[in-house]
Amino acid sequence: MRFGVVVFPGSNCDADCYYVIKEVLAQEVYYVWHQETDLSPYDCVVLPGGFSYGDYLRCGAIARFSPVMESVRGFAAAGGLVIGICNGFQILAEAGLLPGALLRNTTLRFICRYVDLRVENTGTPWTNSVDRKVLRIPIAHNEGNFVADEETLDRLNREGRVLLRYSDPEGNITAEANPNGAAQNIAGIASENFNVLGLMPHPERCSEDILGHTDGLTIWRSVVNHFERGN
Amino acid sequence: MRVSVYITPKAGVLDPQGQAVLGSLHSLGYTEVADVRIGKYIVLELEGADPAQVEARVQEMCSRLLANPIIEDFRFEAGS
Repeated sequence: MRFGVVVFPGSNCDADCYYVIKEVLAQEVYYVWHQETDLSPYDCVVLPGGFSYGDYLRCGAIARFSPVMESVRGFAAAGGLVIGICNGFQILAEAGLLPGALLRNTTLRFICRYVDLRVENTGTPWTNSVDRKVLRIPIAHNEGNFVADEETLDRLNREGRVLLRYSDPEGNITAEANPNGAAQNIAGIASENFNVLGLMPHPERCSEDILGHTDGLTIWRSVVNHFERGN
Repeated sequence: MRVSVYITPKAGVLDPQGQAVLGSLHSLGYTEVADVRIGKYIVLELEGADPAQVEARVQEMCSRLLANPIIEDFRFEAGS
């Protein structure tokens, strides 16, 4: 399986994603500069975390008009796998490839710590290899407060498109377990056809034993598994 | 032509920054302040003088880039 990791000016999790895909998952991976427009070599496109364009105006607002994003739109429309992590999620939301928006955390603080996440749907390209109810994955963001109108939230729930919710370690969805004020504790959502995933937590930061946690690997393994089953 | 653009959080969208400033104003004794909403003020210098055309273009700029219609309202006016 061949991955493309997009690099925007200000991306800072690109090298971590690249490393995990290459060294831990043992898959083919290439960097894709934001000025590039040919995504045809890739089976999965990764929009990594960071502060693209300095987060100027709104997080992701300027990156979404990068030349590569027009190609990401076409790639996703054709069913290609796209994962946006943290700033990548913000870019996907700004681009309208995922519904809703990500506002400033209600705490007004940048939050960088492990969170517990209840996995809400394991029948997706991103979660099919998740073998436990709750994943422990770190977040690191200032704008992760997911908002959407009631109708959109209802639709996401009805269609099983909320994949991850902030929970306590037992999987209970509580206000205390919500780090950033996100509507209904939502931490990750998928597109209508489930081929696009946006999530605030960083699976690439917990995919190796030496880092203390490997729960992130279950997400990466899921997408490889999905690809291999389909081909 | 100079155009001033005002962008504010949509009604109903929580504005944590505004809430923090509201709390601070209250603690300073300005208890008459009922609400605070914090937005952005953008000044554009545009070439071209046809007001109708300028309005149409700025409207487009606002809805495509300057504001996110999911969470923000905008308005603009010519002049500083």
